[in-house]
Amino acid sequence: MQVLVPYLDEYWRAHVLMRGLERDNYGLAAVPANAPINVRPDWKPAKGAAGTDPDLLCQQALDGFATRFAICNVLHGAQAIFSEDLSAAFCRAINDWVAAEYLDRDPRLRASIVVPMHSAELAAREIERKAEDTRFVQVLVLEMGELPLGRRQHWPIFRAAERFDLPIGIHAGSSFRHPPTNLGWPSYYLEDYVAWSTGFAGVLNSLISEGVFVEFPRLKVVLMESGVTWLPAWMWRANKTWRGIRAEVPWLEKSPADYAREHVRLTVQPFDAPPRADQLQRVLEEIGCDDMLLFASDYPHWHYDGTDALPDGLPADLTRKILVDNALKTYPRLSL
Amino acid sequence: MNVTVLDRQPDTDTQSQLGFVDCDVHPYTKSPSDLDPFLPERWREHRRTIGARSRSAFSAAPNYPRMSPGTGMRTDSWPADGSHPGSDLDLMRAQLLDAFGVAYGMMMPLLGRGGDERNVEFGAALCAAANDWQAALWCDREPRLKASVQITTEYTEAAIREIEKRAGDRRFTQVMIPPRGLEPLGRRRYWPILEACAANGFPIALHLGGTSGHPSTGGGHPSFYHEEHPSYPQSKEALVTSLVIEGVFEHIPNLRVVLVEGGFAWLPSLSWRLDKHFQRLRAEVPHLKKLPSEYIRDHIWVSTQPIEEPERPQDLLATFEWIGWDRIMFSTDYPHWDQDDPRYAIKVPIPEVEKQKLFRGNALAFYGLD
Amino acid sequence: MPRHVVATVDEIAPGTCKIVSVAGREIGVFNVDRTFYALINRCPHEGAPLCRGPILGRFESDHPGEYRLTRIGEMLRCPWHGWEFDIKTGQSWCHPDSVKARSYPVTVLDGETLAKGPFVAETVAVTVERNYVVLEL
Repeated sequence: MQVLVPYLDEYWRAHVLMRGLERDNYGLAAVPANAPINVRPDWKPAKGAAGTDPDLLCQQALDGFATRFAICNVLHGAQAIFSEDLSAAFCRAINDWVAAEYLDRDPRLRASIVVPMHSAELAAREIERKAEDTRFVQVLVLEMGELPLGRRQHWPIFRAAERFDLPIGIHAGSSFRHPPTNLGWPSYYLEDYVAWSTGFAGVLNSLISEGVFVEFPRLKVVLMESGVTWLPAWMWRANKTWRGIRAEVPWLEKSPADYAREHVRLTVQPFDAPPRADQLQRVLEEIGCDDMLLFASDYPHWHYDGTDALPDGLPADLTRKILVDNALKTYPRLSL
Repeated sequence: MNVTVLDRQPDTDTQSQLGFVDCDVHPYTKSPSDLDPFLPERWREHRRTIGARSRSAFSAAPNYPRMSPGTGMRTDSWPADGSHPGSDLDLMRAQLLDAFGVAYGMMMPLLGRGGDERNVEFGAALCAAANDWQAALWCDREPRLKASVQITTEYTEAAIREIEKRAGDRRFTQVMIPPRGLEPLGRRRYWPILEACAANGFPIALHLGGTSGHPSTGGGHPSFYHEEHPSYPQSKEALVTSLVIEGVFEHIPNLRVVLVEGGFAWLPSLSWRLDKHFQRLRAEVPHLKKLPSEYIRDHIWVSTQPIEEPERPQDLLATFEWIGWDRIMFSTDYPHWDQDDPRYAIKVPIPEVEKQKLFRGNALAFYGLD
Repeated sequence: MPRHVVATVDEIAPGTCKIVSVAGREIGVFNVDRTFYALINRCPHEGAPLCRGPILGRFESDHPGEYRLTRIGEMLRCPWHGWEFDIKTGQSWCHPDSVKARSYPVTVLDGETLAKGPFVAETVAVTVERNYVVLEL
């Protein structure tokens, strides 16, 4: 929080300092900062939390992978603050901070606009403000909030994002307005982590059922840190459901899987790959669309060692699409 | 779909799947007072006045309205007298048991209310009544039908009493626990109940349902049944995760679990995901001595309905193989709208040995029948 | 193709269906606004008795939150999984080009024409004064 104080406007700086909020830890409970999965040991700086040293990030995440562009996603509790205005103030500060401390430092860096999830109106305003800086290529929301993401209350966010050709980046995690599973609160972080991929099925069911892609036909969403191999089972069940229950959501013109292949992208970290090569091959065939996968290092999270970021056995042309083409098509601003 | 389907013929010549064990059959009452003969007067009075109370907006209707009358019944399963589908044994025989030469039907009444009922004593009384009702009105009249012990997960002593009471009664082949309770089922507060199931020789059936009050997704309450229906696999994934990661199978090594009506295509990828992230986070769960996928292989069975419908039918065979041919048991879910017909549900030929396991052998072994 | 007499015209009221058995098949004969259509009584999905399902309109929408009911009485919903079919063509809603319920040509013929033969009438007595629903298989 300390680092954000200079980026608050005069009113909010005075307000925050009076309340001592800069001393509070607003890290997301959904992403425990020191859990092994969130800190690769060789990516931890000598001082401070992983990912907080921009020079180290450029050296490790960019130089290390010979990256052309890297999109910075700030996972922070600012998005989850109950007071909408305080949430918006912190999100504005985060966006200005990432521009100054990261984007200005290295021309390869890009960022997502962090928005207050629980006020669509304020979120739309922040999108409009920050979209002027074309180094912001995406809007960032958390996977689990107070309402399913497809609900009409969120539509001002999608409207603003579509207007500026910004995909919605939906990152694994939760503001924990609700338990992360529909059975209630699990005991262990491992359970929460595994629950993120399950939760994305609910996200897609919401976005598609509510008709978000009918209302916003140019909108794309990117599921980040969702796992990958859960996708075919979701497609089959979603399509089966639609064939029988279509009349409840009559604005859908095609199957859920068809909407997903057109509008939904997934980062490949973690992949949750199967143990056998033939299983991987089959899962890729079941996904049935080479355009969906986007490369991610997920720096500084620990899903692999060295630069061994992709599962073995991916066909060469798919690899090329994952590394380059799919991202360029998904993020039009990368080509500006 | 890339197949023109005009005249569906059964997928096999031999129809050798008939005479199967149906792992999910739903008997219904004709009226709310049908349980009264099995309830003490105190609870009959309570039922008539205060009635059932769950953690949901509606006193009786489900949170998400269904697409067909009777809260989601197949529209051709209404008895002539207009009573609820599944409430008429003769029609159940005509449409299911006799029609397909069913060997055994495992009943999953959606009546006892499990952990739904906020008055836990009333809930326990309803469960006991539902168990007596199954035995007297269904099992005793139709020996092919087997009962599931209904319990309330929110009243441990009563649940254990009920399990012990039905132990050894061959009419009861499993304990049925609605998955959506106040906490994930693997949590320690439920261990005494799970221990009692295993100690008394009962596998547990985790059918969908339960009104926990928690939203159907981790991100809040969906708007549509179009979202609710595919949230049932999400419950099953969380259940498997909870039971495995909490160490239930390490603690109760002879516990067996069947997941009913949750689909199954999600199980292989969940296993891969659990194994992968367990490696990184093992220090958090030192009580686990095996990989999550090993616990799943040893303790979890799945029923087939609603059958998965991959875009390429042959992917269904691969999915069965990845889960394990000995772990899958056929179910119809009669008389719900999304029920499966044994002749047409599986759209790809299955080798005969595996077919016999899926339709009969696995369930006969799992339930200790014959 | 043999002509099968399956009903008198009056027997199947508009908006209803009669299920008949013809040449070993169960077929649903529908009266949609006084024109007759016939579909096999077996859903291409999982073999359900399709023609026992409710007869409905098309629930349509161009835009989330807006709703439009069209073609009232022209859609059939399978009694099991709810797949929707166009009674006139047998096409499914969700996959109109690839998933259909088999349909059969239906004509209405008066008794006098019919009496000239040939026809099959297993359950319906043909008299010259009446009109009949005829399936060609």
